[in-house]
Amino acid sequence: MKIFELISALFGSQKSGSVAKERLQLVLIHDRCDISPELLTALRADLIETIRKYLDIDENGIELDLNKEEHSVALLASIPLKNMRRPLRGQKK
Amino acid sequence: MDCRTIVITSGKGGVGKTTTTANLAAALARGGHRVVAIDGDVGLRNLDVIMGLENRIVYTLIDVIEGNCRLNQALIRDKRLENLYMIPTAQSKTKDAVSAEQMEKLCADLRPDFDFILIDSPAGIESGFKNAAAGADEALVITTPEVSAVRDADRIIGLLESMEKAPILLIINRIRPDMVKRGEMLAVQDVLDILAVELIGVIPDDESIVVSSNRGEPLTLGDSSKAGQAYMNICRRICGEEVPYMDIFKEEGGLLASLRRIFSRG
Repeated sequence: MKIFELISALFGSQKSGSVAKERLQLVLIHDRCDISPELLTALRADLIETIRKYLDIDENGIELDLNKEEHSVALLASIPLKNMRRPLRGQKK
Repeated sequence: MDCRTIVITSGKGGVGKTTTTANLAAALARGGHRVVAIDGDVGLRNLDVIMGLENRIVYTLIDVIEGNCRLNQALIRDKRLENLYMIPTAQSKTKDAVSAEQMEKLCADLRPDFDFILIDSPAGIESGFKNAAAGADEALVITTPEVSAVRDADRIIGLLESMEKAPILLIINRIRPDMVKRGEMLAVQDVLDILAVELIGVIPDDESIVVSSNRGEPLTLGDSSKAGQAYMNICRRICGEEVPYMDIFKEEGGLLASLRRIFSRG
């Protein structure tokens, strides 16, 4: 038993009890915000569309997720930029 | 004493709502309180068989609501305990047979004659649950240390909060200390961390629960089982007593258990 535990610790396999806890904590973040994966996908598409009007972004590098703090949940977006695109200047209004 | 009305609920089915209702009702009645347990699961009647009162049913909750009988005609007195009553539900109706208002009125009519009204809620989050909970001020949420049950409990706690039930207290059922020790089951503290709700009891997984439902005799009628003791403790905590949690992780005593320990050490 001891040896088995040692081996599984070495190979980093986690006990199912703590796996369950981590999975639950993650799934409940979504449940509690009432944000489904579909909604998150739609939000991502809308965000890309909006930001693209102003900035040149790397769409494949976008990371969008909910993050749990002590007593709150934050929406974290990491959006890599390629080039700053400015609106055309020097034109008559 | 003012009458307290408590809904027993869980979200997920099969985690022990009915068993808990039956055992707490019997435990409270043993403590001298006047108790009525109401089967709130219209169409899936079960509290009667768990309490062993299935042969005594003449009228049901639905008969009272439809005016086919008086309230006290549907009250079945448990012959084993003086202060214990049960109101069965109908097996042939659907969940919509009782409305929230009718449930509230029923509880209001029972209040003067009882110290505790326990309502066994159906599984789910739909109208059946909402109607069953309508008459209650307080809630007991049952879960087991499994991901599906804990997730559903979280949902139910949110709903109970929005219905302004308070206090909302948690019972963790079917804990297996051996598995928790090995790290292969969510521990009590894990569940509490996740659900952020106050605990009122932990029931160890116990074969005697099956035996007691086979016989229709709630464990709290006797004193012999661990699960029965855990229910008795919950009953005392409901009544405001501070009762230490029993050590379900204690090693079994006896020669056989010590032998088993030696061999399982490997």
